[in-house]
Amino acid sequence: MRTPISYFLVLSALLFSIGTVGVLVRRNALVIFMSVELQLNAVNLALVAFSRMHENLDGQVLAFFSMVVAAAEVVVGLAIILNVYRRRQSASVDDASVLRG
Amino acid sequence: MPLDNVVFWVFAPVSVASAIAMLLQRNAVHAALFLIVNFFTISVFYLVLGASFLFAVQIIVYAGAIMVLFLFVLMLLGVDRDEPLIERLKGQRPMAVLLGAGIFLELFFAIRAGIGFATKAPAGFDETVNRGGNAAALARVLFRDYFFPFEVTSILLIIAAVAVMVLASRQAPAITRAEQATAAAAAEAREPEPAP
Repeated sequence: MRTPISYFLVLSALLFSIGTVGVLVRRNALVIFMSVELQLNAVNLALVAFSRMHENLDGQVLAFFSMVVAAAEVVVGLAIILNVYRRRQSASVDDASVLRG
Repeated sequence: MPLDNVVFWVFAPVSVASAIAMLLQRNAVHAALFLIVNFFTISVFYLVLGASFLFAVQIIVYAGAIMVLFLFVLMLLGVDRDEPLIERLKGQRPMAVLLGAGIFLELFFAIRAGIGFATKAPAGFDETVNRGGNAAALARVLFRDYFFPFEVTSILLIIAAVAVMVLASRQAPAITRAEQATAAAAAEAREPEPAP
């Protein structure tokens, strides 16, 4: 493989930053959740790139675990969003402001 | 130009473009579709990096299961209308973009300081680490060194499944006083006192 590992890391950093901006900018709770998924994937890419660089599979195993955790997290998060939507008829995070002092 | 370099330069712009398109897309369903494109490009990078098992898992679990779940919830809620562009906090969007750029620059310089831009991966990954196939090699590491964490994730998945059943069931108890009052009133209206 002739591509330097840092290219993958820079790409992963770029995707992570885009995901961060998505979490901060978007109003729809579902799209915010998708941005979190993008961040998780960016980190997974970095893990796999490091696994390739250091010539062992620990990074890939970690990426595998993070996928499992992400799957669990998505399911619980979507159920919470579903509940909030049933209560307020809106998935916008701006409307979920009853705790504001 | 070596082949993996070509693959990288073809798929990296697609990956970044689909991520930015997801960010800018006001319709949530379109954003989900762009995210699926992004997951596919990431799976291609896994293949280039010699993680062929994760390549398959990425497509099946992320692009398949998780995104289908997202689209399912989107359709169930019917929130596929466009997002309003009003800002509740003044100047939040420019600040967010600025912060994102800051995070990227920080990571960029951290990568430059940490491993440099010229470091290439050692050759022969498939012959040494991935001997006997990536899935078999990964299974050896997973079931020897990471067996306990692996079992813990299975418990985590069971907990998540139970939690979703609890969260998504319809008979949610009333939480606030006002909700309890309205629930009681509704119950009373539904079941009038039996006539004597």
